[in-house]
Amino acid sequence: MTKDMSLYWKKNLTYMVILLAIWAAVSYGCSILFVEQLNAFQLGGFPLGFWFAQQGAIYVFVVLIFVYYVLMQKLDKEFDVNE
Amino acid sequence: MSILAWTYIMVGLTFSIYLAIAWISRVKTTKGFYVAGGGVSPLANGMATAADWMSAASFISMAGMVSFMGYGGAIYLLGWTGGYVLLALLLAPYLRKFGKFTVPDFVGDRYYSNAARFVALICAIFVSLTYVAGQMRGVGIVFSRFLEVDVNTGVLIGMTIVFFYAALGGMKGITYTQVAQYVVLIIAYMIPAVAISMMITGVPLPQIGFGSEITSGPNTGRYVLEIIDALHRDLGFAEYTQAFGPGSKSMLDVFCITLALMVGTAGLPHVIIRFYTVPSVRGARISAGYALFFIALLYTTAPAVASFARYNMINTLHETPYAEAPSWVKNWEQTGLIAWVDKNGDGVIQYGPGAPFSGRPSFTGETGELGQRLLSNTPSDNANEVFIDRDIMVLANPEIANLPAWIIALVAAGGLASALSTASGLLIVVSSSISHDLYYRMINRQASEAQRLLVGRVMIGIAVLIAGYFGINPPGFVAQVVAFAFGLAASSFFPIIVLGIFDKRTNREGAIAGMVIGISFTFLYIIQVNFLGMAPWFMGISAEGIGAVGMLLNFIITIVVSRLTPPPPAEVQAMVDNIRFPRGAGSAYDH
Repeated sequence: MTKDMSLYWKKNLTYMVILLAIWAAVSYGCSILFVEQLNAFQLGGFPLGFWFAQQGAIYVFVVLIFVYYVLMQKLDKEFDVNE
Repeated sequence: MSILAWTYIMVGLTFSIYLAIAWISRVKTTKGFYVAGGGVSPLANGMATAADWMSAASFISMAGMVSFMGYGGAIYLLGWTGGYVLLALLLAPYLRKFGKFTVPDFVGDRYYSNAARFVALICAIFVSLTYVAGQMRGVGIVFSRFLEVDVNTGVLIGMTIVFFYAALGGMKGITYTQVAQYVVLIIAYMIPAVAISMMITGVPLPQIGFGSEITSGPNTGRYVLEIIDALHRDLGFAEYTQAFGPGSKSMLDVFCITLALMVGTAGLPHVIIRFYTVPSVRGARISAGYALFFIALLYTTAPAVASFARYNMINTLHETPYAEAPSWVKNWEQTGLIAWVDKNGDGVIQYGPGAPFSGRPSFTGETGELGQRLLSNTPSDNANEVFIDRDIMVLANPEIANLPAWIIALVAAGGLASALSTASGLLIVVSSSISHDLYYRMINRQASEAQRLLVGRVMIGIAVLIAGYFGINPPGFVAQVVAFAFGLAASSFFPIIVLGIFDKRTNREGAIAGMVIGISFTFLYIIQVNFLGMAPWFMGISAEGIGAVGMLLNFIITIVVSRLTPPPPAEVQAMVDNIRFPRGAGSAYDH
């Protein structure tokens, strides 16, 4: 792998780690580990932790995939490896 | 027109569409047969993936499970969506760049070993066959409930339809019928959900509606969930939104089950191979996004349906004289999905925690003086008098919301679409594992295109017959096999595919050791807990969640063994470098 390519790969891994950290935070953090603490707050008629577990986390999942797509589109162009 | 007449029209119409699509997209090449020619647009693949993924269980049973589990239903909602993030970030783009036909293809080439290929294809077949048996049963059940035919006749009709379009069009036929099936099932799911949300809260979006205020009846102005929690307290249930407590799963167990379902989703062969069908790496990335978006439409609606159903059910049933119960209660009592045993003889329905009697209702065939169907079951000693099948939460929705007959018929067509689309996606995995991975890659490398296509079609036929057999004679443990499918996918494929892409040092010895130990541990644990009646001995983790532990075990063993044995050959390392950037993906190539 040329030097350029290892930088490309490193940036890809950085994006991945950050997005997966958010993925873990909303699903395992907000929806399971801290659900009881968050349930002390209300979001309209939802206890907040309950909302994350049955709605919010799923919305975040969808957004994460599209964000990764956009980031990688830019990265592919920057390093001239796009199709 | 009657509901039955409408149902025949809706089902006949949708089936004709599927068959017409199959005929238009029939194929003549193995590439068309296994990966739809590699030219499916990302949006179409997203819809097809969503239909492939959402089975009869998602469509019919999931809202009901959430309705009875409250917060605990989140394990399914999160577990069956979160895996797509893993797929999009860790697997799909790289497998697409790799560009072969199947999951065992990747395992066999990356780990330069036919033994690894063989282990992978056995796992793929086992996982897919256990899964498909449930789908055929689902087809039969929908037929029997809505079209008043025998369950077995329903299974046979379903088998014929699936065989026709899967054998004719292979992956291409399946993909485009799945697109049509997605449209049918999402419309069928959303219309009753929106109607119920409007009826209770006046908010048309169910996702917002179940966090809104009730607009009619004695509870006007109070939040839906607040009222459900209050009803639960009054009847002696744990609160609906309460996360943990006596009687519910431990936090560790919820954590592990969610993880096992997510990772299992990302490791299921019928989901992974969908990403071989798009034309580019970029297409694979965005297609996963579309797929999850289309899945999320249903998966964020289901908990709303669950809450509304819970509210409706307790309100309309509890302390209501049987004679005044709404007509949908009596209609579904006729199908055996609702049963009432008047324990205290007051003619009023009482609902509460616990089962009214053990097992499913067995009717004597006689009716009581109020017209209720009498039961021969021995009543239990709690105060609950009502048996409710969880499937009713979705099936009875249109009647509860007073929707016209054609919408009830549409729900039947939607249930069939969900079962057929998932069944066909699984059958192509079974067929390709045998005809491509076993026959062509391991037995007859000289086979001609025509021979391979014929073997592929014959294998679909055999797989349909096996699936149909289990649909007609369901093994007593259909519910438990789900734990198998996800646990085995999580503990076998996921770790070695991820390491195969992200860790060049992972070699053949590590991968085989990891797969074998990961699967064996998970397999034995599920057998011990689900079939031999042992207590869940590993930190109290249930059979459904043990795949998460098996996956970690696989990761650790693969990494350690790889470090202790020689690195993979240079050409394999070069291949790993190559799949890490998108340029030059082309379409899936034959080999």
